[in-house]
Amino acid sequence: MAPVAPKSGDAIFASVDRVNAELFTLTYGAIVRQLLTDLEEVEEVNKQLDQMGYNIGVRLVDEFLAKSNVSRCVDFRETAEVIAKVGFKMFLGVTASVSNWDAEGTTCSIILEDNPLVDFVELPDTCQGLYYCNILSGVIRGALEMVSMKTEVTWLRDMLRGDDVFELQVKLLKQVPEEYPYKDDE
Amino acid sequence: MVREVSESCVESLLAEIVSSYCTGFYANKPELAARRIEAIGFQVGHQLSERYTMDRPRFTDHLEAIKFICKDFWSELFKKQIDNLKTNHRGTFVLQDNRFRWLAHMSIDPSVETSGNIQDPSAMAENKAAQATGMHLYFPCGIIRGALSNLGIPCAVSADISNLPACSFVVRIKA
Repeated sequence: MAPVAPKSGDAIFASVDRVNAELFTLTYGAIVRQLLTDLEEVEEVNKQLDQMGYNIGVRLVDEFLAKSNVSRCVDFRETAEVIAKVGFKMFLGVTASVSNWDAEGTTCSIILEDNPLVDFVELPDTCQGLYYCNILSGVIRGALEMVSMKTEVTWLRDMLRGDDVFELQVKLLKQVPEEYPYKDDE
Repeated sequence: MVREVSESCVESLLAEIVSSYCTGFYANKPELAARRIEAIGFQVGHQLSERYTMDRPRFTDHLEAIKFICKDFWSELFKKQIDNLKTNHRGTFVLQDNRFRWLAHMSIDPSVETSGNIQDPSAMAENKAAQATGMHLYFPCGIIRGALSNLGIPCAVSADISNLPACSFVVRIKA
């Protein structure tokens, strides 16, 4: 059987069920707000958002692979491009770009200029330490872990903190070799 | 053009709210978890109804506001209207969605009769699956209560899924 061609982010986004982004944006805002009330410490909220994102990423990668027909990426560079061009587009409807590669090709930045999570959002002074979009870094970390890549994802720039774009640094820590033959019943 | 995101984004958030609050912070206190999830929904409903009524004249009575929830509000959220509206004309309204989207991807044991009853979440604590479904329903219940509250109508909202895949939301307006 001939391999199925990978689809562009635009094509996938056009074909999936979509909802009004306001619902998504306001729901996320309400979650952050409730977590700030319940956990009190901003640092704890950052951790919780990251954890929630991780859990989502772990599940979302299946949908991503099923709908995108993306085949195995040859290297981490390609992986980063696919996340930015296909992953962001098919879920959030926006495209990100990749830059700032280090010499080894294991660290790069994903740059997001348009981010539906922060529509209507302004951080009050009491939330200065908050990484409002921390769920996104968790999603990337979780999704990559499911395809055998251990990463560290950190925010370098944040528009809610006055920067001109959102910049997520993704650092490949370890590529876990897949074990073969796979065991089916464990 | 209206900005959109994939439906999976919203469903993922919803699943994560429920699991964070039910298995994380309030694992042994389902009633507290339920209240938090409802509160998140309330906030969302409150803000959405503010946005969707910006250019409208004030509603003159409860029925008009409820009809707005059934038609315009529901369409913005689910791209369909509520299928059936009943009322006892004494402040109770039953809004039935024949195929509620947020339950479409969940496996539910239809033999278990549950209701996302805000008053008594501990009643469903015995059955895990029923509890999980009930917990998911606090969010839309909160959205409806928040939306109506923003329109000046204090009420209690519960959900009934005894008739799957239909889901009925029971709105009791406080006198």
